[in-house]
Amino acid sequence: MARAATTADAFNAVAEPRRRQILDVLAGGERPVNDLVRTLGLAQPQVSKHLRVLREVGAVDVRDEGRQRLYRVNGHALKPIHDWVKDYERTWSERFDELDVVLEELKEKEAGDGSSE
Amino acid sequence: MAAVSSGTATVTLPTDEQILITREFDAPKHLVWKAWTTPELVKRWWHANRGEMTVCEIDLRVGGSWRYVMVTPDGFEVGFHGEYREIVQNDRLVSTEVYEGIPDAEEHAAIDILTLTEVGERTILAVLVEHPTKEGRDAHINSGMEAGMQDAMDLLEGVASSLR
Repeated sequence: MARAATTADAFNAVAEPRRRQILDVLAGGERPVNDLVRTLGLAQPQVSKHLRVLREVGAVDVRDEGRQRLYRVNGHALKPIHDWVKDYERTWSERFDELDVVLEELKEKEAGDGSSE
Repeated sequence: MAAVSSGTATVTLPTDEQILITREFDAPKHLVWKAWTTPELVKRWWHANRGEMTVCEIDLRVGGSWRYVMVTPDGFEVGFHGEYREIVQNDRLVSTEVYEGIPDAEEHAAIDILTLTEVGERTILAVLVEHPTKEGRDAHINSGMEAGMQDAMDLLEGVASSLR
């Protein structure tokens, strides 16, 4: 199956478990690469590669401070993912709201029949 | 599990292949079961206000099939079908689910597991959707975005302030 490049969008960028780990760590606050390497137990080139992908989709931002490069999460880039789940959740919520109405009727009907199983 | 918001569905992603939908209802489970498995009743809620259900077939026996089709106001038609695998009346319903809108749909069938748990006069409903493969999941969602969704959700709770 033909696939979009890994770096196409935030959805693909977070499909990689290591990159999600990086985001989890960065969610706790801004970190230099060395910190990430230590926390994740990965080799620096690997971490740098993942950070590059995350930067390309805008999921993380970077800034220089002295001799360090500090990375942080950019929530805006991840919002489409959040929205997608929210949309799915909304569909089910509306579906269940309608189901509530049906259930109320069934309850009334059952009470009216004076029968219960 | 505490019901944080009993009025809305809660969607979580326990693993990269699964979607879990939960909701509590103010009704005993035999009525929830009835509303879930009776075509005339399903037609009244499954549309989620996004269109009209034009097909709702339920052959409720192991090996029996089901098919739901909805048409949206702008003419977009979405169809799903599957087969019942396990039926424990009022408690548990296992079926396959094929989304007809994708190529090689049958290969990408998911397994849906409905579980009803009665708590007092109320019922906790859970639907666990399990995709067989990453490819199937990717095709279903169309871009592999499902992977890590829960992580992303959790993450976003933590960085919500940056969204404002």
